Amino acid sequence: MAKNKMSGSVKASRITMDIIVHIFLTIVAIVWVMPFVYLIAQALRGGNNNGVDSSVFFPTSYSFQHFIRLFTDTSVVNFPRMFWNTFKIAAVSCVLGTFLVLAVSYCLSRVKWKLRRPYMNMGMVITLFPGFMSMTATYFLLKAMGLTTGENIPLALIICNISGAGVGFHVMKGYMDTIPKALDEAAYLDGATKWQTFIKITLPLCKPMIVYQIITSFMGPWCDFIFAKLICRDEKDFYTVSIGLWDMLKMDSISTYFTRFCAGAVVIAIPISILYIITQRFYQEAMSGSVKG
Amino acid sequence: MSNQLTKADAARKREKNPNSLLSALKNGGPIVWLSCLIMGLGNFAAGQIIKGLIFLAIEVGMICLLTIPIIPDIAKVPHSGIDWIKMLPSLGDREDGKEVVGNIEVTVFGDRSQMILLYSVIFFAIIVAFIVIWQASVRSGYQALRTKKSGKKAPTFVQDVKSLFDENIHKLMMIVPFILLMVFTVVPLVYMICMAFTNYDSKHQNLFDWVGFDTFALLFESGGSISKQFWSVLGWTIVWAFFATFLNFFLGTFMAMIINRPTTRIKGFWRTMLSFTIAIPQFVSLLIIGQMFALNGIINRMLMDLHWIAEPIKFTDNATNARIFVIVINLWVGIPYTVMQVTGILKNIPADLYEAAKIDGANVVQQFMNITLPYMIFVLTPYIITSFTGNINNFNVIFLLTGGGPFGLEGTAGKTDLLVTWLYRLSVEKFEYNLAAVIGIFTFIILAIISLVTYRSSGSYKDEEGFK
Repeated sequence: MAKNKMSGSVKASRITMDIIVHIFLTIVAIVWVMPFVYLIAQALRGGNNNGVDSSVFFPTSYSFQHFIRLFTDTSVVNFPRMFWNTFKIAAVSCVLGTFLVLAVSYCLSRVKWKLRRPYMNMGMVITLFPGFMSMTATYFLLKAMGLTTGENIPLALIICNISGAGVGFHVMKGYMDTIPKALDEAAYLDGATKWQTFIKITLPLCKPMIVYQIITSFMGPWCDFIFAKLICRDEKDFYTVSIGLWDMLKMDSISTYFTRFCAGAVVIAIPISILYIITQRFYQEAMSGSVKG
Repeated sequence: MSNQLTKADAARKREKNPNSLLSALKNGGPIVWLSCLIMGLGNFAAGQIIKGLIFLAIEVGMICLLTIPIIPDIAKVPHSGIDWIKMLPSLGDREDGKEVVGNIEVTVFGDRSQMILLYSVIFFAIIVAFIVIWQASVRSGYQALRTKKSGKKAPTFVQDVKSLFDENIHKLMMIVPFILLMVFTVVPLVYMICMAFTNYDSKHQNLFDWVGFDTFALLFESGGSISKQFWSVLGWTIVWAFFATFLNFFLGTFMAMIINRPTTRIKGFWRTMLSFTIAIPQFVSLLIIGQMFALNGIINRMLMDLHWIAEPIKFTDNATNARIFVIVINLWVGIPYTVMQVTGILKNIPADLYEAAKIDGANVVQQFMNITLPYMIFVLTPYIITSFTGNINNFNVIFLLTGGGPFGLEGTAGKTDLLVTWLYRLSVEKFEYNLAAVIGIFTFIILAIISLVTYRSSGSYKDEEGFK
């Protein structure tokens, strides 16, 4: 009897606790998604005001006009072109970058060579320097090579995106380290060369991690607004999406472009968050181990 | 297992390498000695014609690069590699001038120290690369001759190429990423480090000189404007990194545990709500947040409509407010990452620990203090350290929310500037390259100390393959 009573009060206090927790989580969730709700609401705002309108959180009328103007009114801000520029850069650099990362990780994880340890230490030292320190210097170097004008700009951006592959091996190498060495040794016994082992054994086993790597390096150029800005300078024809959006919020353009910024941000945020969700799935799959069973 | 391996490695190292440069020079004989001057000679003598030709071509190319004037300066006059390096000690001293040709005044370009420094650094890098190839060529010739002497045939070119796909695969696979890394990361870094020792600032754009440690001294000069700014930025950087890391960690852990309570419903939903922040590019989300918290932004508007405040709050126009503001917004950015990390770890804590604790009569708080917390601190220490160093370099949050401001009357550093954002402004907007370089070096030193102390003592550094 006494036991029942006690468990009853425990149950009651647990229910109160549950209610408090769920109310708390609801508030947290609202706070966390509020900026995105605001972004979408502003992108869909009707009316003629294209600047910041802080009178109400949710607009009084809705329309798709800003999305339509974003893709059709290309006289000053050529969004479709920026989109295409970014897509080209992202596609090329994710293919090349992924291959380089795979090559470096394979050599550091599976091949024994004299300078392996020194190379990894050097990589660690390099990553300790703030990236922004060498940024201007890299720009001077690219300029000296003639890569910062006209048609060469996308090439310069691709080079910048993939040049970090040499030190960006940690996740992939860590994953390759979990593949049993016995598999490689069995392949050598069967007469396979190291190249064949890499292609036929290591790569297929790394599949989830490769997908993760491809998507992460594909997303990079969409989010980079500093380096791209530094290299493109005033060459508007070669702007990437992020520079274009960044420019829309400048002091002199915000009053005419704010809603279009919101529309553009929604346009790129949706595919990127979908890609992100996909990478998470592959990342988790990868983390659960290379060889199952 | 791994211990034996490292011991074997060390033993092998102690044995003399029969193919080292020293032994090649000692035991090589006239052909090897001559091959120090004419690269590839040893390979020719051993019958490796193509390999020898490649080495010879590299040597000829190198000599051409250094002596034939091919690289034009600002006035389009070409100079050779040696010419550029010769100008390095003085960094050039001809100023731009005017000259009257006929009736028209023409500008005569002088030297550009920045170009001299850049090309010198590039040529030094090329020379270093050449020395590496040179010693490889001498050794390769020596090795081929030894093989020939012992009665066997030196490997043919086809065999050499084949070995690139097998025992020498690292040479094939590392070459491209390594060159990219050297050219586009290491050379710029060396170039920038050199700038720290010059007076390349906004007042010396065309011509600058070596000044030794003068710029470093500026940071320690008592009462100087630069030193005042530097120490205040450094102080704020540390304060920021501390709060950003630990507030995120504790609140994130708290949130993860609330979501993970056995009776919390729709756990996946709450986590998805949080992970929006990670999925959407920061420059989008932070710019929109900046707009929402502006003086005439929606947040101030709503608070005023609710009559909670009488006049708009200046979130970013006042030093204290701005600092609190960036730390709070950083919670919004950072908590989801911690929740992701911690959720996985909470699941991994062995359940029998809790059962044993329950049998011993431990309550929830005791269980947390004695099981959950120690376990998480043990597992998450590397994560905390990485996020601390990451926060020291957290460019996006500061740059997108406050841009480093509010700014004082003097100096270039704002009240919320971190070392990195200040470095960015100094180099990209203010052209104070020498100061930017010095700050970069200081950031490196700080990060290096933190990493050395922590990684060196961690097990994963000492024994890479230990955790298996």
